[in-house]
Amino acid sequence: MLSSLNKKLLRDILHLRGQIIATALVVACGVASFVSMQSTYDSLLITQQDYYAEYRFGDVFAHAKRAPENLRASIERIPGVASVQTRIVSEVVLDLPGLREPVQGRIVSIPEHRSPMLNDLHLLRGRYVDPRNSREIIVSGAFADANGFDPGDSIDAIINGRWRRLTIAGVALSPEYIYEIRGGDIFPDNKRFGILWMDRTSVAAAFDMEGAFNDLSLTLAPGASEQQVIDEVDRALEAFGGTGAYGRSDQLSFRFLVNEFAQLRSFGIVLPLIFLGVTAFLLHLVLSRLVNTQREQVGLLKAFGYTNFEIGSHYLGLAAAAVSGGLLLGMLLGVWMGSWMTTMYADYFHFPLLNFSVGFPLIVYSILITLASAAAGAMSAVRNAVRLPAAEAMRPEPPASFQAGLLERLQMTRVLPSSARIIFRNLSRHPVKATLAVLGISLASALLFTGFYFFDAIDRIVEVQFRQAIREDAVVAFNSLRPQSARRELAEMEGVRSVETFRAVPVRLRSENHSKRVALMGTERNPDLHRIVDERSQVFTVPPGGIVLSDALADTLGVAIGDQVTIDVLEGARPTAKVELAATVDELMGMNAYMHIRALNRLMNEDDVISGAYLEIDPKYSDVVYAKLKRMPAVAGVGLPGAMLETFNETFGKTIGQFTSILVLFSSAIVFGVVYNAARIALSERGRELASLRVLGFTKGEVTRILLGEHAFLTALGIPIGFAVGFFLCATMNNLMDTELLRLPLVFSQKTFVLTALFVALAAVVSGLLIMRRLRRLDLIAVLKTRE
Amino acid sequence: MKRTRPATVPETNDGAGLIKPAGGPEHIVGRPESEPQILNSMQAIFRIRGISKVYRMGDVEVHALRSLDLDLYEGELAVLLGPSGSGKSTLLNIIGGLDVPTSGEVHYADHDLTRATDSELTQYRRDHVGFVFQFYNLIPSLTALENVELITEVSENPMKAEEALEIVGLSERMDHFPAQLSGGEQQRVAIARAIAKRPDVLLCDEPTGALDVETGKIVLAAIERVNRELGTTTAVITHNVSIARMADRVIHIGSGQIVSIERNETKARPADLVW
Ligand SMILES: Nc1ncnc2c1ncn2[C@@H]1O[C@H](COP(=O)(O)OP(=O)(O)OP(=O)(O)O)[C@@H](O)[C@H]1O
Ligand SMILES: [Mg+2]
Repeated sequence: MLSSLNKKLLRDILHLRGQIIATALVVACGVASFVSMQSTYDSLLITQQDYYAEYRFGDVFAHAKRAPENLRASIERIPGVASVQTRIVSEVVLDLPGLREPVQGRIVSIPEHRSPMLNDLHLLRGRYVDPRNSREIIVSGAFADANGFDPGDSIDAIINGRWRRLTIAGVALSPEYIYEIRGGDIFPDNKRFGILWMDRTSVAAAFDMEGAFNDLSLTLAPGASEQQVIDEVDRALEAFGGTGAYGRSDQLSFRFLVNEFAQLRSFGIVLPLIFLGVTAFLLHLVLSRLVNTQREQVGLLKAFGYTNFEIGSHYLGLAAAAVSGGLLLGMLLGVWMGSWMTTMYADYFHFPLLNFSVGFPLIVYSILITLASAAAGAMSAVRNAVRLPAAEAMRPEPPASFQAGLLERLQMTRVLPSSARIIFRNLSRHPVKATLAVLGISLASALLFTGFYFFDAIDRIVEVQFRQAIREDAVVAFNSLRPQSARRELAEMEGVRSVETFRAVPVRLRSENHSKRVALMGTERNPDLHRIVDERSQVFTVPPGGIVLSDALADTLGVAIGDQVTIDVLEGARPTAKVELAATVDELMGMNAYMHIRALNRLMNEDDVISGAYLEIDPKYSDVVYAKLKRMPAVAGVGLPGAMLETFNETFGKTIGQFTSILVLFSSAIVFGVVYNAARIALSERGRELASLRVLGFTKGEVTRILLGEHAFLTALGIPIGFAVGFFLCATMNNLMDTELLRLPLVFSQKTFVLTALFVALAAVVSGLLIMRRLRRLDLIAVLKTRE
Repeated sequence: MKRTRPATVPETNDGAGLIKPAGGPEHIVGRPESEPQILNSMQAIFRIRGISKVYRMGDVEVHALRSLDLDLYEGELAVLLGPSGSGKSTLLNIIGGLDVPTSGEVHYADHDLTRATDSELTQYRRDHVGFVFQFYNLIPSLTALENVELITEVSENPMKAEEALEIVGLSERMDHFPAQLSGGEQQRVAIARAIAKRPDVLLCDEPTGALDVETGKIVLAAIERVNRELGTTTAVITHNVSIARMADRVIHIGSGQIVSIERNETKARPADLVW
């Protein structure tokens, strides 16, 4: 049989269902965000590791100009090396049916016959290449998807200066190109950059590389030192134009993945913490005020000898109802969302396998974290109930002492209508309650504000990177160094409006024990097309001497302006030089190093040579220009920033958008939870007073105005404070999510302010309507007869 | 400390035998209607010595009780009379272990209520005390029956909740919520709740304040019966002088002190009271 105290608990729960549901929803949001993000993170990590292990992703990578195949044996003998795969890798220009602009392909050699290799392929469709047919290729999944390729289709490519028609035999994935991005790009453009795997003999024949390789990948034996192996490999390849071996941490695809995961992880910690913080706050609000309205009942229980423990458990039971309901709902929602997000990410990354799992520890953690936050919120309220002196609790709360307050002193009494006077007196009489309510509303507003902010940040990145910094229509990369005269060649093409040149050199920057591999960009003095723009949209000019680093890179190297930076050039004669850090620039994306092109040419001990050029193209002539570029033997590839932006919006932007929508949805639930709770509690606390007013002849409308007017006022106060709290929330989140690839700018659009205010106001109105319904059904007699 | 509980035998009174024997070797059978000499032979179960209670409200001090001495005897029915604000409820709260005096000592049998810890006071209330409050204090979310059960569930030797409600004449209203009861009915539920646990001490703060004469008599009869049949030490606060006629002793309180104590030579039956 249910004890009477438990019956009371059940009826209290039923009576307070609105508040309990509102609180449970907030708990559910917190738990769901934690479970979904952490399970996504865990699952992706496991999937990535499984993928890497199963398909033998390399540990160390190196490129060279041309090394004899027999070098392979000596590299295999380097202590710590487990296995070595040599390859021929080359960039080619492609002509895709239906695409006017040139496309860049990367040809990577594979064994003639299917055999286990490092960075192995996972065939999605079709079959392995037939060694008897030198024109067969396997294309990467993302590239095939973006262009709608299927086995049997063909692609035209310029291979070693000659057009060749290649036939697609299969479509495959590789752990090496999870993130299929061209070096130097900030976002993948899967439509215009893809990997083509071709059998080794055919590649060697096409590029005159028989008996030689220009690329290798190796795996390490357990316990081997990566750095020692890298040094040995560098030494072995030095005579053959090696550009410096590097580990996974410098492998493009791996780096992007690590960054994505890191962001997901910090998001998955910060966000739930905020939600659960709000939960604690809400529980505190609901319980402490409930205890207050039930002080006489607490007194009665005490008078008849109910122990503190029994009374404490009784009120904790109420918290438990909200929390356990929310926990269960959140858990289910979290698992469902987690599997959805994991599928989304796995799709985005083109993982061939998917291991979605919610680990037992994660379940335990989420329960513990939720209980901890619930306990934090409920404790003080329950303690108050327990501490309430029995005799004290038995007398009805004495009428609040009214003093002539601010209102009177300001002589406002005559100006304001009586309902406004009641509102203001009530607020000034309960400053703590009012402050807590405002705090809750501002916290909820802050969350919403943060949600909308992410759209602003992405917009800003797009604005700075794609409209202010990268203004060229196309980037042309030459397959070997060209004299400055190549510039004129491009400029004279019909439809090309202006040309800017650049020199890109693979280098390793060092300072003390820090080092980083980057492409050192030699830029023109006052570029107009491809500019360097900092976070505040300031255009940066590279000084004639010294090196310039982006803030992120300077931080990584631990250098400040005026320090010497050592540059190990990784191509050509591989000179080493010390250069002064002339300036740093606060860029939003990437780890970048710049020098003036002349200074870089001098450092390289070379004439005025360029690696490529940025073009501004008259849209009317773009087809003509693209067609010409496709056929220029010197051109290794063409990048199109506009197309990249399109892809960005379709993939990355969409992912962030979905993510942010969830954040906004959750925040709205919290706004509603907080606002509804605050108003509902006020109703039960002041039901008597309001009923008395009604008995005294106040109309329903007037009474409603008094109660809801107070809440409108508190909400209006909470929103701007929420903006301030939101600002700090965003700043904190930014610091946590700061990765080497991307830094979110702290900018806020008007839209964010307006939408936040609008959503909060909407939640306030909805809860106001719900309260109004209750207020209208208020049974005057019953309220006056008993205390709630 | 455990007192042996007296039991009842059938009686000629109205509602006789409603209080079932609770067991115990000692049967008090048909005690004479007035037996003043019994008080002399009885032990003072409450010994109250020099208690004061001061409420501090900012700069103002309210002296609710001023160095008050009082003995209450086991099994007696005492009525407390006094003007509003004289400290009656304060005294009752202290006797009931709800509150502690600012100074002075209160002993219940071998319990020192002034030095007891919070949990000792809780245990004291749970084991010995039944309250009827000035403001009923029913739990609005529980029915009349459940309000009584709330207390019987934590008592060692209670009567059935239905029985207690029957004594106060509320059998018909057991499943009503407080909001569906009149003020007097609520008060009767409060009394049923207090007597249902068969307390050793029954403390009533204006139990008939909201009742008409007839209902008032039913309620007083219930209190009197518990006092008589169970030997429950009973203290009743009232503003109604005529109720004082049913007491063993009438204690007059004024400005936080005992003004006088009268002993009734003959106790009136509740049914015979007029007011
Ligand atoms: N918690 C409190 N804080 C301040 N003063 C108090 C408090 N409780 C009681 N008092 C004061 O102590 C005095 C005695 O109060 P008490 O409630 O004991 O009176 P009473 O005799 O029961 O009156 P009534 O017959 O009106 O119920 C009163 O002056 C009252 O104002
Ligand atoms: Mg009183």
